[in-house]
Amino acid sequence: MPRGNITPSLLLFATLVSALSVLAIFGFLLWFAAPVFTGETLSSLLSWQWRPQQGEFGILPMLAGSLCLAGSAMLLAYPLGLGLCCFMHGLGPTWAARPLLGIVRGMTSVPTVVYGLVSAFLLIPLIRAGFSGSGFSWLAAGLTLAMLILPTIVLILDSQFRTIHAQTQLTAAALGFTPAQQVLRLTLPLSTRGLLVAAALGFGRAIGDTLIPLMLAGNAPLLPHSPLDPLRTLTSHIALVVATDSQSAAYGSLFACGVILFMVSLLVNLALRRLRHE
Amino acid sequence: MSKPVPPEKLAQAGAWLAALGVPAILLALLGFLLWRGVPGLSLALFFADTPPLAALRGAPVFDGLWPACLGTLALVALATAIAVPLGVASGIYLAEYATGRAKALLAFAIDLLAGIPSILMGLFGFALILFLRRTVAPDANTGLLLSALCLAVLVLPYVIGTTRLALENLPLQLRLTGASLGLSPGRTVRHLLLPAALPGIFSGVMLAVGRAAEDTAVILMTGVVANAGAPASLTGKYEALPFHIYYLAAEHQSPAELTQAFAAALVLLALTGLMFLAARVLQTRLERQWTTEPTP
Repeated sequence: MPRGNITPSLLLFATLVSALSVLAIFGFLLWFAAPVFTGETLSSLLSWQWRPQQGEFGILPMLAGSLCLAGSAMLLAYPLGLGLCCFMHGLGPTWAARPLLGIVRGMTSVPTVVYGLVSAFLLIPLIRAGFSGSGFSWLAAGLTLAMLILPTIVLILDSQFRTIHAQTQLTAAALGFTPAQQVLRLTLPLSTRGLLVAAALGFGRAIGDTLIPLMLAGNAPLLPHSPLDPLRTLTSHIALVVATDSQSAAYGSLFACGVILFMVSLLVNLALRRLRHE
Repeated sequence: MSKPVPPEKLAQAGAWLAALGVPAILLALLGFLLWRGVPGLSLALFFADTPPLAALRGAPVFDGLWPACLGTLALVALATAIAVPLGVASGIYLAEYATGRAKALLAFAIDLLAGIPSILMGLFGFALILFLRRTVAPDANTGLLLSALCLAVLVLPYVIGTTRLALENLPLQLRLTGASLGLSPGRTVRHLLLPAALPGIFSGVMLAVGRAAEDTAVILMTGVVANAGAPASLTGKYEALPFHIYYLAAEHQSPAELTQAFAAALVLLALTGLMFLAARVLQTRLERQWTTEPTP
């Protein structure tokens, strides 16, 4: 290699290694999950019973748990994030926008385990005191997960609002819009793409988180009937089965969960790609 | 009948609620963490009964955070040592060399990698060990190096993304300067573009370090344990700060252990916060450097 020069082929090699690691992950998951996707085991997998001792490895409760938890966290975080962004772009005082954005940026650096720890000893006792039961529930995990995914939503919406705002600033001023009217009547309706991207990424982040449900949701492999019921997600299921090291028959279902999670992130990314290319 | 509330007012009320509510919740979280954690902050938190100087020289520490700190340090060092060269090279390639369909495909693969839940990186590592056991190495087991490898894959997209963005956002003049001086494209990248993009690349490294230090799901699956002592070998078990916190939150035997968990959470938060601030400073410096230039 001549001094001070960079060989493109070396760079290409590195890029291929990076890109192929995705394929490697998917390949391994699929290879280990493959035995489960045949014949009888598949029907055992697609049941509502998780009783590994009796040879029942149904993962539907975990799939439902993941969807319930991610959905509820989005339901909380999305309006909150939208409110924050509208506040920063016209509904609130101008001086408040910068520090607020700084706070949200700072939230991205809070470790998940710290959210989990504080919630376990602050939120759980509150829920236990306010309602009955152990406190480890869908509600506790949903509230905490909403805080975790909030910065993802806010930062994407903010950058979208910023672009639209710059484009429509002069028109809005010429028409005599107030800042509140500008954000509600112009920026928001023109930001459809950003709104959808934020929803997709927020959901992907919510369904992929492991630690919050593991620490707070109670982990019972049952379909929750109320927000105070415990639930188990696909992610925490994987962590729990590996930790308890039960017999290897359970491993098959583990990798099936992995394949499902991978498919979800693939779908989210395909949706994002479509949104970006429209 | 009362007059309906205009939608602007309603939206304004909602926005104020969000803008006051989120900082209030964060203050409550931080206040609680400080209240429970600060009493536990002392040298004894790290070294317990072992004299600090002896611990630094390698004496075993029991009941302290020191082994977990060393474990996290080793983990982060190994993961960045793998992820940074690979990520920076990939970022340069995507920004400067890749074109057309190949670029779109590679970029999609990297985006997909960024969206994969961290537990799947852990499951990948776990599968890798199962695979090795069945094929070439029947004694293969989870350990430090495996965790570092999986963490490296986890943080790779951060490094690639920031490198690529830092290069692509450089002003056109810089590229034209290289061409007008008769530099080959490779030399332009090496001597003009890379030095200019360096703060951005470093900010990506800082973000990667912060992410590698805080992730728990990956190491949970790939070899972290509660009581391993200081990391002894690349294939051995180890302790780490985030797992220590997680473990104590669930399994604490006494109020003192719980205080240790909160104090450890403060230490971890300080570490990731510092990395985040360093990344921000570098990013702002890069932005400021190029926005003062007149645009062509």
